[in-house]
Amino acid sequence: MSSNKLLEVDNLNVYYGNIHAIKGVSLNVCEGEIVSLIGANGAGKTTTLQTISGLLKAKTGSVKFNGKELTKMEAHNILKCGIAQVPEGRRVFANLTVKENLEMGGITVKDTSENKKAEIEEIYKRFPRLEERKKQTAGTLSGGEQQMLAIGRALMSRPKILLLDEPSMGLSPMLVKEIFKIIKDVNESGVTVLLVEQNAKMALSISDRAYILETGKVSRSGDAHSLMEDDAIKKAYLGA
Amino acid sequence: MFASIMEQLINGLRTGSIYALIAIGYTMVYGIAKMINFAHGDVIMVGAYALYVCIGVYKLPVLPSVIITCIFCSVLGVVLEKVAYKPLRNAPPLAVLITAIGMSYLLQSASLLIFGATPIPFSSIINVKSIVVGGITISGITIVTLIVTIIAMIILTLFINKTKAGASMRAVSEDRGAAELVGINVNKTISMTFAIGSFLAAIAGILFICQYESLKPTLGALPGIKAFVAAVLGGIGSIPGAMVGGVILGIIESLSKAYISTQLSDAIVFGVLVVVLLVKPTGLLGKIKKEKV
Repeated sequence: MSSNKLLEVDNLNVYYGNIHAIKGVSLNVCEGEIVSLIGANGAGKTTTLQTISGLLKAKTGSVKFNGKELTKMEAHNILKCGIAQVPEGRRVFANLTVKENLEMGGITVKDTSENKKAEIEEIYKRFPRLEERKKQTAGTLSGGEQQMLAIGRALMSRPKILLLDEPSMGLSPMLVKEIFKIIKDVNESGVTVLLVEQNAKMALSISDRAYILETGKVSRSGDAHSLMEDDAIKKAYLGA
Repeated sequence: MFASIMEQLINGLRTGSIYALIAIGYTMVYGIAKMINFAHGDVIMVGAYALYVCIGVYKLPVLPSVIITCIFCSVLGVVLEKVAYKPLRNAPPLAVLITAIGMSYLLQSASLLIFGATPIPFSSIINVKSIVVGGITISGITIVTLIVTIIAMIILTLFINKTKAGASMRAVSEDRGAAELVGINVNKTISMTFAIGSFLAAIAGILFICQYESLKPTLGALPGIKAFVAAVLGGIGSIPGAMVGGVILGIIESLSKAYISTQLSDAIVFGVLVVVLLVKPTGLLGKIKKEKV
């Protein structure tokens, strides 16, 4: 594994009006890693991801991707740099068909329509259930299928790093396992992953490293294995 | 009796299709920018004057005049959005609403300054002979209005449902945040929406003055507000809803003018809106937004 820093977040401060939501968060993700961001509700995990993706603007601090500053860029240009997000609650376009959702995912990619079609076929190969339902509107899919579609849609932009926000939310334990296996597969195919999760146990089990977020600050960080063994963390996040 | 009802229905269809063309602009802008562009009615007025300037002042032939008018209004719509509404993208809805009303007055006052308050006569550019079908006379302007509207609606529907640009408009309208995340250029999509809406408003403006043959700075106000009613009636945000709402409104108006009272027809039109909203607050084809957690 290379130690080349792909994503560097440095001393990030984000406000919602007067509320100081992110208080000086710093973190980094190296190429090829799976890094988790773990924390309770309201800790600032989603805010951090949305700031990286450009949906929220930071007051101070920097987000660098491959050394390039992102904090002043618009969301669609950040995506073009190679950062795709699978948002919390999946947020597939319910009235668009599965195929249209995937096409929207690839909208920033400049390529021939044949190559784009081939790309969609690749996604279908990864998620055969999406192919069966390609003409259905996304709103008719089950929760697990929607999560697969959201991941497939994000992959269509050919990201270097995939940001996933609570992919396990609202899914049965069986499906959670399946989704985490997919995340692992995606990572093995060469995509770096930054994973936000409340399900700390699952997240740590597939991660290389993790950051623990508490009320807008990083309280702990380290390699996933040693965090899993840590008593305080076990007590607070792993239910042991 | 039958022939007279049929004629009123056809008249209603003609007025209704003009309302529908305008209503599409309201509903598309609402769907994508989540705002009511109250200056939309005045874009019709600008279109009418633009056509007058091309034909009446510069003596251009009809086809180039129509094209110039449509392009001029599209550009106007885009500029309006960029200058007045874009800076308010994250402002409270009330600020946007007041700005829209302000833009409406701005356009009206501008044309008052340029063209004056005296109505300007304008002779219709549509020289199609009326036809008689089974004892019912259908005027040339009605035929042209219906054909133009149907063509515009077919093209729009194909564009929205079959093209990438159309799909990205549907995506932004459904979830702007998610659309930004997949890399859809939301600003570009909003501009495109204003351009299309204003293009249709220009067509409506042209058809409108060919029917009324007189120009004044406030000519867009009443059709504008009625088209807004049509959009709400059909379900604001829904394009088929705007089409259906416009046609229904036109027919109700025409029938109540003919058989109830000319003075009361507007009251009846707005009364229908009240009743529909009481029974079905989302409008005829509007969807209830499901919140799924």
